[in-house]
Amino acid sequence: MHLVLLVLAGIFVNNYVLSQFLGICPFLGVSKKLETAAGMGVAVIFVITLASAVTYFVYYFILKPLQIEYLYNIAFILVIAALVQFVEMFLKKSSPSLYQALGVYLPLITTNCAVLGVAVLNMQKGYGFIESVLNGVGGATGFCLAIVLFAGIRERIEYNDTPKAFDGFPLALVTAGIMSIAFLGFQGLIKL
Amino acid sequence: MANPIKILRAGIIEENPTFVQVIGMCPTLAVTSSAINGIGMGLSTAAVLIFSNIFIALIRNIIPDKVRIPCFIVVIATFVTIIQFLLEAYLPSLNASLGLYIPLIVVNCIILGRAEAFASKNSAIDSMFDGIGQGLGFTLALTVIGLIREFIGAGTLFDFTILPEMFPRTLLFVMAPGAFFTLGCLMALLNHFKNKKKSAN
Repeated sequence: MHLVLLVLAGIFVNNYVLSQFLGICPFLGVSKKLETAAGMGVAVIFVITLASAVTYFVYYFILKPLQIEYLYNIAFILVIAALVQFVEMFLKKSSPSLYQALGVYLPLITTNCAVLGVAVLNMQKGYGFIESVLNGVGGATGFCLAIVLFAGIRERIEYNDTPKAFDGFPLALVTAGIMSIAFLGFQGLIKL
Repeated sequence: MANPIKILRAGIIEENPTFVQVIGMCPTLAVTSSAINGIGMGLSTAAVLIFSNIFIALIRNIIPDKVRIPCFIVVIATFVTIIQFLLEAYLPSLNASLGLYIPLIVVNCIILGRAEAFASKNSAIDSMFDGIGQGLGFTLALTVIGLIREFIGAGTLFDFTILPEMFPRTLLFVMAPGAFFTLGCLMALLNHFKNKKKSAN
């Protein structure tokens, strides 16, 4: 039960994008079209789930025994960079169209704060293996949900008559702000 | 060797990482709930940026092209770890308020972006000035956003109560939505002036 709440909390209550500000760059950058946003969201879920698992092992089976836990930052980011390379190669072979659609944003998942953020959070909270992975899945699903919703809204706003000064990022940011207010409604829903 | 003043100016105004390049958004939105946090994060990021720029510029001719990104990342992560421990030791309160976002300086697109775009192609001295310029531009942006959010949200500036008690505090502005709104409106304001200048020319 606690695990289900963990996932739900990650998606709604502490939404990684709208309340914890992780993953903002791709959130703003890849959300102009719904399909690209969905593709990015799924890719991020995949990478974060794998990253949560692998960083758990790296921390508890490599860093801790060697007593170099303080190097977690360097270790984690290297793991993530390698994972993203792997996902890139995998996508190139299995789904070239998605690979083309994501373009430069796929290697950018390496610098997605959400991936490193989940790994660091898992370590700081001392989660076990299952908890780490589920925390990752929850957070990533939250990211996916947010980016897909956001892309849907942005596609609609394209045709609206808005003040010229707000074209592009300003409007996107204000929209994200309103979405953030909506998600504030989930606060207190789940007490962990 | 390019004019260092020009490089500095570019970092602060023409290529301001926050308002012009729209890069490094995560910490910009996350830690600007107060001006002090904004300055602290800005300066920490600037420190990492300056040192990693210098170091990467120094070793730019030795790094094989294929593995340059992982190399940059290791260099940056090392400096972030150093800054992390310095903050933990000497500024524990700032460390506590910035929390998760200090280790996340590693993935701040600004640092990797400047390493790729500038430090890997220019001398160490130029890269140092670029780091200082971009770092100052970033710190300036964060401070401005932090001041606005802190003022509207808590009525304080640098923890000094400015707004008299009877004025309402819009708590929303020190929470998540406030960050989006403040940055969005600031960018719109800057766009407005840019457009005006363009139409005047």
